[in-house]
Formats: sequence, structure tokens, C-alpha cells
Amino acid sequence: MAYRVVTRTRTGSIAGVAAIVLIIVGFVLPAVAPRDMIQDLFTILTLLTLAQLWNLLAGYGGLVSVGQQAFVGIGAYAMFAGVILWGMDPVLAIPLGGLAALVLAVPTAFFAFRLQGAYFAIGTWVIAEVTRLLVAQWKALGGGTGTSLPREATSDIIGVEAIRSLFGVREAAARDILAYWLALTLAALTIAAIYWLLRNRLGLALAAVRDNTEAAKSVGVDARRIKWAVFLIAAFVTGLTGALIYVQTARISPDAAFSVTDWTAYVIFIVVIGGIGRLEGPILGVIVFYVLQSTLADYGAWYLLTLGLIAIAVMLFAPRGLWGLMSERTGLHLFPVQRRLLAIDPMSGQQPPKRGGPDDQ
Amino acid sequence: MNLVELQDVSKNFGALKVTDAVSFAVPKGQALGIIGPNGAGKSTLFNLITGNFAPDAGRVTFLGQDVTRRPAMDRVRMGVGRSFQIPQPFEGLTVYENLAVAASFGRGRSEAAVTQDCIRILEDTELLRLANTQAGALSLLDRKRLELARAMATGPELLLLDEIAGGLTEGECQALIATIKRLHAQGMTIIWIEHVLHALTAVVERLLVLDFGRVIGIGAPDAIMASKEVREIYLGIEA
Repeated sequence: MAYRVVTRTRTGSIAGVAAIVLIIVGFVLPAVAPRDMIQDLFTILTLLTLAQLWNLLAGYGGLVSVGQQAFVGIGAYAMFAGVILWGMDPVLAIPLGGLAALVLAVPTAFFAFRLQGAYFAIGTWVIAEVTRLLVAQWKALGGGTGTSLPREATSDIIGVEAIRSLFGVREAAARDILAYWLALTLAALTIAAIYWLLRNRLGLALAAVRDNTEAAKSVGVDARRIKWAVFLIAAFVTGLTGALIYVQTARISPDAAFSVTDWTAYVIFIVVIGGIGRLEGPILGVIVFYVLQSTLADYGAWYLLTLGLIAIAVMLFAPRGLWGLMSERTGLHLFPVQRRLLAIDPMSGQQPPKRGGPDDQ
Repeated sequence: MNLVELQDVSKNFGALKVTDAVSFAVPKGQALGIIGPNGAGKSTLFNLITGNFAPDAGRVTFLGQDVTRRPAMDRVRMGVGRSFQIPQPFEGLTVYENLAVAASFGRGRSEAAVTQDCIRILEDTELLRLANTQAGALSLLDRKRLELARAMATGPELLLLDEIAGGLTEGECQALIATIKRLHAQGMTIIWIEHVLHALTAVVERLLVLDFGRVIGIGAPDAIMASKEVREIYLGIEA
């Protein structure tokens, strides 16, 4: 009997169409949505991108980094350097952020990859702190107190004038819309790229390395190279995201740009409650996080306590996250990556392989 | 032609000589069984052949090339396939995906190019009916089968089996022996470490006895099992 390998599912195709519709709606949304909603969506989309990248690192690559704020911070500072020192357009300086993060990721990986498990996590955190302290010495960019993007740089960002006349809004609102569009593009491209990666043979290798590194090596998977690749890719895109966040904020300080709470702890929370090791996890997680944040933000310390308790509860009772819980119950996968072997029966289409062995159990 | 050859290979862990000037060769197409008491250095010997350990002295030759200093990854691609003593499946992947990753990376081919081979191996190892099952949910016998199938998927010239029959019931053991016999009959060269002697003697042409890291006997299974030294050391039978 002949067989073929299938990844596609009906739910997956429906989800794909829905995702495209959602992205199109997202792009035309600024025509009707108020400015604070666009700002909120910007925050959600950048957090989603960071969460997807952390999920790629920890959930697929087994690299539990607590130092991703290093790449957000260095990316943001590189963008600021491009604008303030070399007079670049802030939006065009965003790629500098990615490159700077990539350059920082090489020595970071070199040192951190010598460490395992919890030591790796702490090692990445230490490197992020060292980077923060070094950047705080950069007097041209405000040193320890930070600085703002100069007025003349933010006033004529590429595309802002066109958005102003298109939607008939003020310059500041037009800048938010531009940043939002970029965040939407970055989030969509990141998810699409990770999805492509997972469906590729590299996705199988990643899963193999995560499940059992020794066994992966014994079948010819170069575990070291794969971890390097994942770490560098995640750092590059995290750097881009950091730069984009600070194009919108337009004000930077080392403490904010290298904040372990904002750029790593919240991101880990999102991935853990949503569901680690699944593309759907961070999407659900960021929605839950946003709802909690907007309903509990007025309660100060209680807000953080609640986040902590929810994280603990999810880890104890739903270790695969809320999405894991849902997909276990329903069998739902919006982004199917599993290869299934289907028999091609010339009489009646396809059916799953069935064959009784002598010791069927 | 000798597929794999060890010449005076030694490996020490501190003061302990785990492998002591071991020499033997396995011609292409032969099955060699390795027996010896616990701690005799059997698994270490495997790690020296796969490249997971580098020897302190001696030479390992595979396919006529000196591979003594070659890393494990290179040797997988040259055709050294192994199974682990304790099955180590990729639990989050399906049985088919376990084979696909081994075949694709072990041979450096695209996923599509190895699909048919994976299906054939699944058939040979009686795992086809479980192709879409998550490896983490398999029974012990099927995990052992998956170890064998995944090693086969890398496209080996030499198959190293580490106590693959251990822990199975008599019936399960027979099923696995039949599978290994079939692979060997198709020309596969095998080195097999096993405590379940009857499983070993049902397949191999030669037996090697290891004790305290030294080869104390190598030859036809009947002759080895009859030798006084082996009976004393390994089987603990007073001669």
C-alpha cells in the first residue's frame, strides 16, 4: 500500500484563512479605532512578538533565557544611536537594532552555552545586567538617566506625513499608527517564519534536541549548531522589536530598556500561562495578560501578586498552559506541525494506516 | 573486508582501565555478540566505536578509514547507527517523525527524499500501525522496536545494539529476535551487547567475552560457551 505524509488539517486551513482576514482587518483598523486602542494594540503585538521568540528559544530550543532584555535594550539603544549620532530616520534605524542584538548574541551564546539549565538562565541574566551597566556609561546617549529622540527626528519620520493626510489625524497619532503597522507586520512575519521553521525539517530537529539531546546527536542532528541558530535568530528579531518599541516611546533609559520585568518576566508569564512549546500558546497568553493588566492595573502590588498566583496555579494544574488544556480536551490545533502518515487507498481516498501485528496490544 | 576494526584500544576513567588494549575486527555482513559481567566495559566499547568517547590509546578503523578522532556526528553520517540501552525516543514526536528526523539528518537528505525508506523500516520493525502515535505513549517492546527502527533510519552500514532484548517477556523477545534476524539476513553488519544469551546466540556468528575491559575470548558461540575460562568468569560455574 502507498502512503503519503500530510501536515495540513481542515482546522489548520480555516485558521490560516482567519489569520489572513485578521491581519487585513488589523491593517485597516486605524481608520476607525481611537488612538488609545492603537497604542494598546501596539503593546500587545510587540509583547506577542517577544513571547513567540521566547517560546521558540525555551519551548522549542530548550534554551530558558532570562536575559532577553539584553537584546531589547541593545536594539533600542542602537536605534537611538543611529538617530542621534548619525542622523538617521528612526524607522530606518530599526534594522540597526536587529544587527546590534545579533552582534551581542554571539559572545552571549559563547559564554552562556557552556552553562546548563538554571545556570544558563542565570548566566543570560548576568550578561544582560552587564550590558545595561555598560550602556549606562554611554554619555552621548544620556548615560544612566537616558535621553529622548530629538524633535526634528520624530517630526519627519518616513511615512508619517502620508498617514496624517490619509486619516486626517495629528502627527503624534500618525506616528502611533505607523508604529502599530510595523508591530503588526513584525508579529505576523515572526509567527509565519516560526511556523514555517517548525514545518521544515529543522522543526523536527529542534523537537528532537528538546526531547533528548544525546539521542538527537546519535542520529546525526548537530544540536550545537541548531541551538546557535535559534539563539541568533531570536536575538535578531528581539533587537528589532526593542528598536520598534522605542521608536514609539521616543524616550529611553537603561533601566527601562533593559528591564527584566517588562521584557522577560512578563513575556515568560505570557508563554507559560498560554502554553509553552505551541504557537497558539503565546497568542492566548498575551490576551489573558492584557485582560488581567487592564482590569487589575489599579490595584498596585495586588496586580503583581495576582499574576504570580495565576502563574503558579497554571504551572501546577495545567503545565502545558491554557492552550494545552484546551487542545487536549478538543484536539484542536490552529497551527498543525505534526506529520501524519496516511494510506492512499485507490478505492476510497485516504485512510489512516491500519495493520495488525502479531502482538497487537 | 573488515567493516570496523579496533587495534589496541584503551580507555581509562582516572585510574580505572575500562577498556584495556582491546583488538577485534568485524567483517562486513557479520553479527558479533558481546557478553561480559556488569561493569566489564561493554557500553564503553560502544561509545568508543560511535565516537562518544575518544580512546586514550589505539586506533578505530571504519570502512577502511581511521576514525579514531572523528566526532560522533561524522560517524553517524558515515554509517554507524546505534540503539541505547534505555530507550531514548523523542517523546513529543510521533513514531514516524522519530524516523524522519533520523533518516533526514543521519543521511543528510530532505524529508521528502526519505519518506519511503522510513515507511519500509516501519514495516520491517512492525511499527507501521503505530506510525502516528506519540513515541512517549509506546509500550516497552514498541520503544525497543523504535530504538532499532530509528538506528536503521540513519542508513547504517554497522548497527550497534545495546541490550535491546533486556526487560522484555519471552514472547516479546522472540518477536524482536525475528526482526533482527531478518535485518541481518538482508546483509546488515551488527555488533550486539546482550545479557539475554539465547537471543544473542540465535543471531550472531561470533561471540566476544569482555571482563575488566579485556577481551578474554572471541570465537564461535559454541566454542566460547564451552570454554572453561568463560564459564568461570562470566557464568560463575565452577569447572
